[in-house]
Amino acid sequence: MGTNPFEVAMKFAIQVNEGPYQHQASDSAYFFTKAALEKGHEIFRVFFYHDGVDNATRLTTPPQDDRNIVERWAALGEKYDLDMIVCVAAAQRRGIVDDGEAKSNGKDATNIHPAFKISGLGQLIEAAIQSDRLMVFGD
Amino acid sequence: MSGVIKNFMYLNRRAPYGTIYAWESLEVVLIGAAFDQDVSLAFVDDGVYQLVKGQQTAEIGMKNFSPTYSALGDYEVKKIFVETESLEERGLTPDDLQHLVWEDEDDDWAERDSIRFVSRAELAEIMEASDVVFSF
Repeated sequence: MGTNPFEVAMKFAIQVNEGPYQHQASDSAYFFTKAALEKGHEIFRVFFYHDGVDNATRLTTPPQDDRNIVERWAALGEKYDLDMIVCVAAAQRRGIVDDGEAKSNGKDATNIHPAFKISGLGQLIEAAIQSDRLMVFGD
Repeated sequence: MSGVIKNFMYLNRRAPYGTIYAWESLEVVLIGAAFDQDVSLAFVDDGVYQLVKGQQTAEIGMKNFSPTYSALGDYEVKKIFVETESLEERGLTPDDLQHLVWEDEDDDWAERDSIRFVSRAELAEIMEASDVVFSF
């Protein structure tokens, strides 16, 4: 916890409700998560809901002089071994697909970045129960 | 879930069909019911439109999910707060909303009103007392 003995380490759950680029929510969530980790706090889980699931497609190709939001999340996730979960129901609506979903729904492609996992809404509820704070980033 | 029971508030701020927030919020509430937390729902701003009765969606080609609200009592959702200022600002009255109830098993399954109309100030206090606020 840095050098300040009065700071208390907290356990955060992060909910991201908007997709990349159209809204700042994902950027804000990323910077909050990064700052919290650098301060020694724990991130129990990052849960992507609503259009937030679009943060998990590995097929995004932003202009070279812009940030790559997906890769940025992926790098943070890898560095800190983050549990980054994409809601299955929201993902199915919006076409975010992993191998399992492609198989069970008869799709001919996948697009999820390997840093993310598709799972159920129970993961969000559990994260809210287990964490000291749920931070919701949305519009 | 290790016996932890928190006060969960689901805060609904948006009209029902212009965006998907209302419907996907309801999906969280239904899934979350399995976790036996102390749950309340709040409806503020355009969110109060979610509870308006007589919704008809055929012409916009969307599913009318408003009947789901009347099933919330079966999911042990007994506390639904509607902010009176939000209603008044939109020219709505309590009579414009669905009548939502839950059944009290300790009193021969008597029906109890789920909706409580609260002021903005009261809702702020209720929100303050919540452990978790899911904002939609």
